[in-house]
Amino acid sequence: MSIRHGLLALLDQGPRYGYQLRTEFESRTGSAWPLNVGQVYTTLSRLERDGLVEPSGEDDEGHVFYAVTEQGRQELRSWFDTPVDRRSPPRDELAIKLAMAVTVPGVDATAVLQAQRGHTMTALQALTRLKARALAAVERPGAAGPDLAWLLVLDQQVFQAEAELNWLNNCETRLIRHAARPARETAVREGERER
Amino acid sequence: MSAPETSAQQWKDTPIAPVLRLQAVSRVHGAGPAEVHALSGVDLDVLPGEFVAVMGPSGSGKSTLLTLAGGLDAASSGRVVVEGQELGALTTRALAAVRRRSIGYVFQDFNLVPALTAAENIALPRELDGLSARRARTEAQAALAEIGIAELADRFPDEMSGGQQQRVAIARALIGERRLVLADEPTGALDSSTGEAVLAVLRARCDAGAAAVMVTHESRHAAWADRVVFLRDGRLVDESGPARVEASLRVGLGNLGGSGGSDTAGDTE
Repeated sequence: MSIRHGLLALLDQGPRYGYQLRTEFESRTGSAWPLNVGQVYTTLSRLERDGLVEPSGEDDEGHVFYAVTEQGRQELRSWFDTPVDRRSPPRDELAIKLAMAVTVPGVDATAVLQAQRGHTMTALQALTRLKARALAAVERPGAAGPDLAWLLVLDQQVFQAEAELNWLNNCETRLIRHAARPARETAVREGERER
Repeated sequence: MSAPETSAQQWKDTPIAPVLRLQAVSRVHGAGPAEVHALSGVDLDVLPGEFVAVMGPSGSGKSTLLTLAGGLDAASSGRVVVEGQELGALTTRALAAVRRRSIGYVFQDFNLVPALTAAENIALPRELDGLSARRARTEAQAALAEIGIAELADRFPDEMSGGQQQRVAIARALIGERRLVLADEPTGALDSSTGEAVLAVLRARCDAGAAAVMVTHESRHAAWADRVVFLRDGRLVDESGPARVEASLRVGLGNLGGSGGSDTAGDTE
């Protein structure tokens, strides 16, 4: 629902038309989650259906403006006031892949892990290059709100990639420890599990 | 852009001598049953303009790699070559000269001389090189200006923040002819955003042609490097980052005064 509330937040600053909303959304979130104009209009028509926005005239070029309704404003407030639910995280493909890699015979889990680590690190390097530029933009005199917003979004992706790398390093250590366990202990544990 | 592209092509075909080369480097402590392989058969080239981060769990050989590269310890086998000189083949005196003239060190705890100002700290290695105090001082001022902290020249270490001290330490590491900086957890004692400012300086120094090897356990900091290599049990297990051709290309263009090298992460100053 993030696009929905993102658009409501932009409209809270005054009426806007679809293309404007797309541009402003992207200037705050960079190219992290590109929006197409189709998505914007689909979302606007749903917001209108739910009574959260209403059409508010056209300009000379035929752009249809939308404005937030009182109900929309309340919805936006409650969005800002409510934490994002993290209690049931979405399925993660990498976690599933590693879970399978350590249990399916004939798969080298360490190789799967190392390949992912190299890939994630390369992605983190690319994010860091973007971040170096964003940092410079924020420090320039006259830096605007969207510059800061973009830096925050980049930071989030950097921290997420870092968390994944920390987790992968942790997995590697666990795999090494597991492999180093005496064979008898392994057999006993597995026997226990079967009972 | 056609001219720089032609130059880029030429540079791609011209091998650039690495600033640091490790060839099949091993380091063994103890003997017999107590033998410990701190490093086993490590190959690593670091080119001018290249920033390499070394990661790995504790005990994986990260610090051993750095001390061998800096000539602070000798390899049990293999070759360590800095600026074309094989460290193992040098006399103690010649090795000390390479350590002083070619290599700069940056440590977690900054290691500035407390009784000297920022400018004097940076000038010190140049005075040891035999430069006049006056010339060393001029170079130090220029080095400070280059990393954007000219106003700190007359401050003593205890009058500077950790991040400022570490930037001074980087300037000192790369003063004069030094092109190789070896950094051991340089951001370890700094908070996140100060650490970032220090890495931006290191990144910018590499974009200007220096070579850096940094040991870190933080992926977020390692990501400022061109390449990240992972050590485990003394061996290089994998690495990430663009092919080294790109780094040499960038330096090549820089040397030719081309503009093609400007689009890098170091454009932060």
